Amino acid sequence: MATVASAEQAGTRVPKPAVRRRTWPVWRWMVLVIAALYFGIPLYAGLKFAGLKAFTQVTSYPQFGSSFVLSLRLALIATVLTLVLMVPTTVYVHLRLPRIRRVMEAITILPIVIPPIALIIGVLKVAPGFLISTPDLLGLEYVILAMPFAYRSLDSGLRSFDAKTLVEAANSLGAGWPATLWRVVIPNLRTAMLSATVLTVALVLGEYTMASLDNFQTFPVWIVNFEQNSGNVSVAASLLALFVTWLLLMLIVTLGGRRARKHGGAEVALFSVATRQTTQTAGEAE
Amino acid sequence: MTMNAAAGTEAGGSARRAAGNGAGAPVVLDSLSRSFGAVRALDGLSLDIAPGELVALLGPSGCGKTTALRIVAGFEYADAGKVTVDGRDMSPVPAAKRDMGMVFQSYSLFPNMSALDNVAFGLRMRKIGSAGRTKRATALLDMVGLAPQARQYPHQLSGGQQQRVALARALAIEPRVLLLDEPLSALDAKVRLQLREQIRTLQQRLGTTTLFVTHDQEEALSMADRVGVMKDGRLEQIDMPSELYARPATTFVAEFVGTMSRIPGNYQGGADVTVLGRDVPVHGEHASVSPGEVDVLVRPEGLTVEAVAGGNGIVTDRTFLGSLTRLSVLLSGDIAVKVDKASTAATELVPGTSVQVSIPGTEPVLIAERA
Repeated sequence: MATVASAEQAGTRVPKPAVRRRTWPVWRWMVLVIAALYFGIPLYAGLKFAGLKAFTQVTSYPQFGSSFVLSLRLALIATVLTLVLMVPTTVYVHLRLPRIRRVMEAITILPIVIPPIALIIGVLKVAPGFLISTPDLLGLEYVILAMPFAYRSLDSGLRSFDAKTLVEAANSLGAGWPATLWRVVIPNLRTAMLSATVLTVALVLGEYTMASLDNFQTFPVWIVNFEQNSGNVSVAASLLALFVTWLLLMLIVTLGGRRARKHGGAEVALFSVATRQTTQTAGEAE
Repeated sequence: MTMNAAAGTEAGGSARRAAGNGAGAPVVLDSLSRSFGAVRALDGLSLDIAPGELVALLGPSGCGKTTALRIVAGFEYADAGKVTVDGRDMSPVPAAKRDMGMVFQSYSLFPNMSALDNVAFGLRMRKIGSAGRTKRATALLDMVGLAPQARQYPHQLSGGQQQRVALARALAIEPRVLLLDEPLSALDAKVRLQLREQIRTLQQRLGTTTLFVTHDQEEALSMADRVGVMKDGRLEQIDMPSELYARPATTFVAEFVGTMSRIPGNYQGGADVTVLGRDVPVHGEHASVSPGEVDVLVRPEGLTVEAVAGGNGIVTDRTFLGSLTRLSVLLSGDIAVKVDKASTAATELVPGTSVQVSIPGTEPVLIAERA
């Protein structure tokens, strides 16, 4: 600054740094427009088919509310259980058993590989009686279904910071494992946990096969059943569900992103978490 | 109060008050051994560190210095041997209960906490009340000159600032032992130099027993009371920096610490070795070398060089080091040596100049089996 000021005082013309304008080439606009049309046209068609009146009617149907609340409840159960089970497991594997990481990846991919129908039949055969008649069983099944996504989010979150050194630093300062996990690991894993939450919630709110085979009327099941009676109201319900889910996910992402930005962390991403940015000033004045 | 050269006794007192009365404890590493599969990282390492002493472990990558530090910290276990602090065996004590402050190579500040909260973390773990830990953490940050940055998060601090916060955090718990795991190696040269001086000044004022691991000999020699040179999991030599440089115990130490040239000589088993046409006394510890053709180890300042037509060497390169210029000279027989010359007298010694390299023969030299 001093150099610039003295140069200006001496009448020397100091060139202003060129402002780099962010330009969007035509091909980017084209991709954006094509994607917008691809997603927008079906939504617009659905909206046109349903008509605005259907949106006011949809909430008046008796099972709309109960099925929606059931889906939210299942999303909550699945999310909480997924985080409670997967966070300590992933942290332990990452820090203490890094050799079995590949095995973990193979295990956690199984729910995607095995068809839901095989899963549900297996679960119904072995599940204890007191669970079979409650929606909690479905919540437990969703934990298994969400596992591949949650594990990958948490694993990439743990790779985004030097968890081993931070844990050792906390230990050297007198923190035992519970304090280290609660005060150091989990706060730095918040973004990854939010990603896992987003994926789990999105998965549960849209899951149909398991719920219908289990005979529970979740929101997606209700929509399919209702379609038999009234097509336009069913489409309105689908659009409403889409909007509510989208709103919920945006809320999670926005809240997570705000906190992450404050602490220099990564934005909430669904499958990967960007590496934490550290300001490094070369030749800094100490 | 900031850490600067002007700080005197009063500043030392303030620093001691800020960091508490964490008087250093004696540390003993007793015959530590550790293997990772077939690799023997430590092979019976023994080391005594006096209270308040700063000992640096210096060595190439894989020599076992970091393993030794991690065993002291409690992050690794020893297959054999033990670590005692103040006479107490630390083997059964977990890392969290050892009362040792540690500064890591990578910036290990908790990203979710401000600088102040980072420093206060250890105090929180010791159940010190909010007001008490804020006061103490503020004093520690002040001591390392970062009080204005107390509310900033690690990503808002530069590398040097982060390591100073890490140092304050390690000192906040009044550690009996301070462990430094290459804390300066990730910093740029200027910051490294400044932080090096700060750590040393602070350590001396507080009297904390410190074990410092580094692969940078300049750091080790300039900061430590004693430097231990390690090779293959063993301590080759531990001594004061000046002794280590002047009287290395082994050829490895001689060649690892500072610059050393090997010049062919003839040794007949007596007290002298013949090198560059002169009989030079042999360093006592190396009289066991078999008589015959040997290598004589000489530092750049142990040789003299003059421009002489038809001399025994030719200047191949020159490096300006300030008051000295280091000349690379190729002696007859393809022997490359380094020779220091006062820069004022070295102006004419450009590459290609014929020179006469001599050895004064007054200082004892090291000899080694011919490489």
